[in-house]
Amino acid sequence: MNFFSHFGAYVMMIRDMFHKPENPKLYWKEFMHQCVEIGIRSLGIVCIISVFMGAVSALQTAYQISSPLVSKYIIAQIIRDTVILEFSPTLICVVLAGVVGSKIASELGNMRVSEQIDALEIMGINTKTYLILPKVAAAVFTIPMLVVLSMVLGVLGGRMTVSLAGIISTDTYDKGLIELFKPYNVFFGLTKSYTFAFLISSIPAYFGYNVKGGSLEIGRNSTTSVVVSCVVVLLADYILAALLL
Amino acid sequence: MIEFKNIVKRFEDKLVLDNVSHVMKSGMSNLIIGTSGSGKTVLQKCLVGLFEPDEGDIIYDGKSFTKMDDEERKLLRQQIGMLFQGSALFDSMTVQENVKFPLDMFTNDSNQQKLKRVNEVLERVNLIGANKKYPSEISGGMKKRVGIARAIVLNPKFLFCDEPNSGLDPQTSMLIDKLIYDITKENNITTIINTHDMNSVMEIGDNILYLKNGKKEWSGNSKDIIFSENKNLNEFIFASEFLQDAKQMRMMELKK
Repeated sequence: MNFFSHFGAYVMMIRDMFHKPENPKLYWKEFMHQCVEIGIRSLGIVCIISVFMGAVSALQTAYQISSPLVSKYIIAQIIRDTVILEFSPTLICVVLAGVVGSKIASELGNMRVSEQIDALEIMGINTKTYLILPKVAAAVFTIPMLVVLSMVLGVLGGRMTVSLAGIISTDTYDKGLIELFKPYNVFFGLTKSYTFAFLISSIPAYFGYNVKGGSLEIGRNSTTSVVVSCVVVLLADYILAALLL
Repeated sequence: MIEFKNIVKRFEDKLVLDNVSHVMKSGMSNLIIGTSGSGKTVLQKCLVGLFEPDEGDIIYDGKSFTKMDDEERKLLRQQIGMLFQGSALFDSMTVQENVKFPLDMFTNDSNQQKLKRVNEVLERVNLIGANKKYPSEISGGMKKRVGIARAIVLNPKFLFCDEPNSGLDPQTSMLIDKLIYDITKENNITTIINTHDMNSVMEIGDNILYLKNGKKEWSGNSKDIIFSENKNLNEFIFASEFLQDAKQMRMMELKK
C-alpha cells in the first residue's frame, strides 16, 4: 500500500468512528477505562520526564548565560517559555506516542488476529466506534491535562535546580517567571497537545486495527505506528508553529 | 433459512468461490465440508458479511442480505451467533462477562435478569462454576463452550460455527458436536458448521455441502454420503483404509 491509500484508509476510519453508540452506558464505561489506561497509567513517566526536563534546562541555560550584562532571571523566562511552548507538548507527546501508541496498536492488533474484532462485528457492533473512538476521546481528554501537569512540573524542576545549584535565588526565579509572561503561549501549547493527542492515538489505532497476519505482524505494526506517530507529531509541530506563532 | 445463489469471490486474481449455490435449512445442522483451502471459511465469512461476495445473492428468511444497508445488517446480526475457530473470547473479560457482553450491549434488562440468563446458558453448555475464570485459565474445550454460550445468549435464529472441533480431542469434539446439534434442534436454529472432521460429518450432518476448489461438488446428508459414488467426495471422506472399512460396515447396517 502506498502513502495515499494508507492516508485514504485512515481518513475513512476516522469518519466511520463517529456513529451512534449501540449502548451509551457501555461506551462511557469503555471511555473511563481508557482514561485510566492512557491518562493515569502515564502519570509516572510524565512526572519523571517533566521534572528532569526542567532541571536539565535550568543547568544548561545557566551555563550558556555567562555574561554579567544579562539579568539572571532571564534563566527562569527561558525555562518557562521552552517548557510551555515546546518541551511539555512535544517531548511528552513523543514519549506518549511510544507508551500509549504501542499499547493501542498491540491491543487492537491482538484483537484483530484472534478474531475478537470479527466477533464484535458479527454481534452487530460498530467496531470502529466501540474500539477506537473511546481510545481517541480518552487521549484527547487526558493528554492535555498531562501536558499542563508537565508544564508545572518542568518549571518547578527548574526552580528546584537553580536553588540547589546556587545559580539564582528562588525569589529571582519567581520574578523571572512572572515577567513578560504571555498567556497565549499556554494556549499555543495546549493547541499542540490536543492535536498531538489525536494523532498519537488515532495513528496507532489505524495500524493496530488493520493488522493482517500473526503475532510477528502485531509487533511490526506496533513499531511502525510509533515511528509514524513521532514523525507526524514533529511535522504537525512545525506546521502549528508556522501558523500560530 | 439461508439461501445463497451463485456466490463468486475473488482475492485479486485468485478465484476462491466459483458460482456456489445452496440452501441452509432451519432446525438442521448444515455442514460445509472440504479440504483446507477449498473456500469453506471464505463462504462462511461471505454469509455473515465479513467478506463481500463479488457476485451472487445471500437471502436470510426471504430478505436479501447483499442488498441490505449497514443499519439493516446490524439488526440482522443481532439474530446471528458465531463460534470462531479460536473461540475469539475477550481476553480481558471473565467467562461471565464474555457471555453477558451481548446482553449488556443490546438489552435493557436488569443486571439480575442478565445474570440469570448467563447462568442458564452456562448451565446449558455444562459450565457451571466457571463464571469468574478468565479465558487464559480454561481449557480449549471449555473455551469452545463459552463461545457457544456467548453465541446463543441472545437466542439467535442463525448459528455459525467455524471448525468447532479444531484442536480438540475426539471425546471433547463429540461433546461439542452433540451440544451444537441439541441446541439447533431445541431452538429450531439454522446452524451452519464448517468442518473437516469426519465424525461430525457422519454424526450431525443433516444437510451437507461439499466444496472442492471453490466449487460445489456435492450435497446431501450423512446417509447419502455412504452411498455416494462421487469419487472426490469418497477420497476426501474415506481417506484411510480404516474409514473405508467403517463405510462398508455402515453401508451394510443401513441396507439391513
